[in-house]
Amino acid sequence: MAIIEIRSLTKTFGKIQAVRGIDLTIEKGEIFGLLGPNGAGKTTTIGMLCTIVRPTSGQCIIAGFDIAKHPTQVRRKVGIVFQDPTLDTILTGRENLQLHARLYGIPSSVRNLWIEEMLELVDLRERADDLTKTYSGGMKRRLELARGLLHRPAVLFLDEPTLGLDPQTRARTWEYIRKMAQKEETTVVLTTHYMEEAEAMCNRIGIIDAGRIIALDTPENMIDTMGGDIVAIAAPEPPLDKIRSLPYVSQVKKAGDTIEITMKSAHLHLAELLSLIPAIISVEMRKPTLSDVFIKLTGRDIQVDAIENGESWVDSIARYRQRGK
Amino acid sequence: MNSDFIQRELLGISAVWWREFKVFWREKSRIVSSFVQPMMWLFLFGSGIGASISVGDVNYRDYIYPGILTMSVIFGSVFFGLYIIWDRKLDVLKAVLIAPVTRISIFFGKVIGGCTDVLMQVLILFAFSFLFPSVNPWGIPLALLILLITSIALVSLGLALGSLLESLEGFQVISSFLIFPLFFLSGALFPVDERLPSWLQAMVKINPLSYTVDGVRGALLGIHTYPFYIDLGIITLFAGTMLALGSILFSRMK
Repeated sequence: MAIIEIRSLTKTFGKIQAVRGIDLTIEKGEIFGLLGPNGAGKTTTIGMLCTIVRPTSGQCIIAGFDIAKHPTQVRRKVGIVFQDPTLDTILTGRENLQLHARLYGIPSSVRNLWIEEMLELVDLRERADDLTKTYSGGMKRRLELARGLLHRPAVLFLDEPTLGLDPQTRARTWEYIRKMAQKEETTVVLTTHYMEEAEAMCNRIGIIDAGRIIALDTPENMIDTMGGDIVAIAAPEPPLDKIRSLPYVSQVKKAGDTIEITMKSAHLHLAELLSLIPAIISVEMRKPTLSDVFIKLTGRDIQVDAIENGESWVDSIARYRQRGK
Repeated sequence: MNSDFIQRELLGISAVWWREFKVFWREKSRIVSSFVQPMMWLFLFGSGIGASISVGDVNYRDYIYPGILTMSVIFGSVFFGLYIIWDRKLDVLKAVLIAPVTRISIFFGKVIGGCTDVLMQVLILFAFSFLFPSVNPWGIPLALLILLITSIALVSLGLALGSLLESLEGFQVISSFLIFPLFFLSGALFPVDERLPSWLQAMVKINPLSYTVDGVRGALLGIHTYPFYIDLGIITLFAGTMLALGSILFSRMK
């Protein structure tokens, strides 16, 4: 059953076409990853689906409601965790959830019960009555996840849920997301810069570039389109034409002293391949990853983006702290 | 659908109000300073000037008591409203604005929250009214009503300005060019009569807050220029206009 149906959705800001026509169907219970370089239109797309940004044209139905015609009903059906923290720092963790429960019209008879359940799920019961300004980055993220799911939405949107967290906290945060998605049968739509995480978490991935979806498939199928394993060989004079003519080689790229060969079943053909190349300095073989798919499709390395983005995030925290003083 | 809609919106309004109330009690320093400042006006400024001046047969400190109550309401209300600039900067408001509650309800929740804060401050000041011998305690309910309506107007005004402004730099400008003139031109600190230069008289007359001061002074001290229905009428009109303006601007806020 489709929970989200997007038809030719576009958004134009002045002269800039941020989203240039997206068609996408997301099934109930899916964990769907929306990946793309900075400025590709991810956040704008999510903004439109959450009814924060008004679409320029096109249509989108979420859980049976049209985002343009029935935004309030859509809002009741979706939960959102933003890229930057949006907790009320002068309230405690529990009070943040109480505020949210009232705003989302959760009946008072079940309000406290649901809040307790969520606090339990994200392991914050012991700290629930502390002000959220005393929380660590990971705890804040967990509380935001709990808040996003408190009203039992059909769809949870996560915009870079692990950006700026250390690797250990990131891993735990994903664990919580998976646990919650299973427990509540929630459809999760997320954006992330971390390719390994997207590969491990998502049932399906859409790669978005310049406002369009340019690839849509399972992570496994996407990696398969790379045409096999990647062998990187450093050698001074590789016989490129000979290598290209081998039947199992699908692509050869030369970068400086290194050639990168994409080939099927490298473990069977490696010996033959190496025998053709004189004076080999080093050999490296690996399976392609989603990052390789991403670079091939967009011509950009998302990890570099992540570092740039990470820095600006740290900067904004520094500014935030200064202002607080 | 209709009664469900109304119920949800009312719950939304009460949620925003509840939040403001929690924050008010948590920020003890704000409560203390909101009480200390008017007291300094009354006892340091009022007693100082009062040593050489009295108005009719009322001593100066008692005379400005209604004016200082109004001052408390002006500063408390407008600053409360302007505080949303800060909330927006820190993204506190973002999670509230995406809730399935109309903007108007969030706006009303904020207005009620702000008026509650301000009324609490006013009640603290009323608790000390026994220090001002000319004040008639039976006038307090009417004074409270007038101050409440004024607070509705000014919280709305603050929220309206807060929705327009992007940065905290505008804060100083509003403070110097709006709040202080509103206060000084309200007759809070001096009687408005023919002894004033005519330009000053005219400016006081067009300031809606002059009618708050006149009404409160009438209720507490029995000294007033206009009948109560004029005072109440003008500030109610002012509050209605500001509520409308505020809800429009708040709804359009990005």
